[in-house]
Amino acid sequence: MAAKREQEPITMDTFLSGLWRENPVFVMLLGMCPVLAVTNTTENALAMGLATTFVLVCSTGLVSILRDFIPKEVRIASYIVIIATFVTVVDYAIQAISLEIYNALGAFIQLIVANCMILGRAEAFASRQPLGKTLVDALGVGAGFTLALLCLGTVRELLGAGEILGVQVFPDGFEPWVIMLLPPGGFFVLAGWLLLFAWLKERQNQRAAAAKEATADGR
Amino acid sequence: MDADSLSYIFLNAAIINNFVLALFLGICPILGVSGKLGTAFPMGVASAFVMLIASLAAYGINIVLGYFELEFLSLIAYIAVIASAVQLVEMVVKKFSPPLYRALGIFLPLITTNCAILGVALFQTSYEYDFLQSLTYSLGAGAGFILAIVLMAGLREQVDLADVPSVARGAAMSLMLAGVLSLAFMGFAGLGG
Repeated sequence: MAAKREQEPITMDTFLSGLWRENPVFVMLLGMCPVLAVTNTTENALAMGLATTFVLVCSTGLVSILRDFIPKEVRIASYIVIIATFVTVVDYAIQAISLEIYNALGAFIQLIVANCMILGRAEAFASRQPLGKTLVDALGVGAGFTLALLCLGTVRELLGAGEILGVQVFPDGFEPWVIMLLPPGGFFVLAGWLLLFAWLKERQNQRAAAAKEATADGR
Repeated sequence: MDADSLSYIFLNAAIINNFVLALFLGICPILGVSGKLGTAFPMGVASAFVMLIASLAAYGINIVLGYFELEFLSLIAYIAVIASAVQLVEMVVKKFSPPLYRALGIFLPLITTNCAILGVALFQTSYEYDFLQSLTYSLGAGAGFILAIVLMAGLREQVDLADVPSVARGAAMSLMLAGVLSLAFMGFAGLGG
């Protein structure tokens, strides 16, 4: 089975499934902590998404290369150490690039280590697949994660401050919903997105069922 | 209250800046294991125990790494200690309560990636707490985590009995509950004075 899987070609689908159908946040509900904590502005959300994607791609890549050398018993510990190494790299890199973003994200850069999405990808995908496919998959999942962060970040910044990326959108008379920038706002906005996706999926299912019934009647 | 006093540190970690509801740490187990009170409470206790070990170990690690000027290794050292502590807890639970071990399932090894635990180690380092303060902080954080997961489990058991629209079942409902709890905990913000 494993050998057969490795022969499957890398398709666009490998990338897209991580981005949409198996979106780590909206579908798999993984890595929720940074999703809720640092999405009070669009800029923070983008920085966090990119940092996480970098760590994800590098660490799953390395796991994939080393997959035949890591003994099965200590694999989780090995993966964690690999991830922690790349997080340390990102931590110092962000500090060097922009101190402002570094202070805004605070401890959450280092907490990328504890993002279960990355460990999940390393364990479920990278440990069994060749390098090329792993990288494509990691890029897709990373993009999906960044997309989810941006979904939350823009809504929260728009409603909570009337701005997107620091540019004022609503007129001066708009009273900002400060609650959106505070912790409860994060929970509510994410719940809102999940509701939207669940509704879309249910509607799709109903339509599919209706279409099936129609063809059955036609016969 | 004095910001450095032990009672303030405990209250701050447990209630005012509750790790789950105010700082968004450890959301995964809160969403995953809070379905039943019977599993939520042991999960909270196990996490709190690992938190305590992680906090004590982080204090020691900071001294050693500071002595050799290897601070950049701290993150890797913390996570290695946490992973070992989780392994220990897993073995103990497996030996003494196999039913509980099965109920917790995948979420037991996933305590390693519970950011609340790494968070305790990181925050106590950045606040430069001494030994007693670190100990109090981790106990408070653990108490706060147990409180949050038990509250969530109690609410979810009730919601299971209610007639919720099919769209809102599952994760969306849990998140809304967490949002309401988080609103309630904001009321404690003035407690520290």
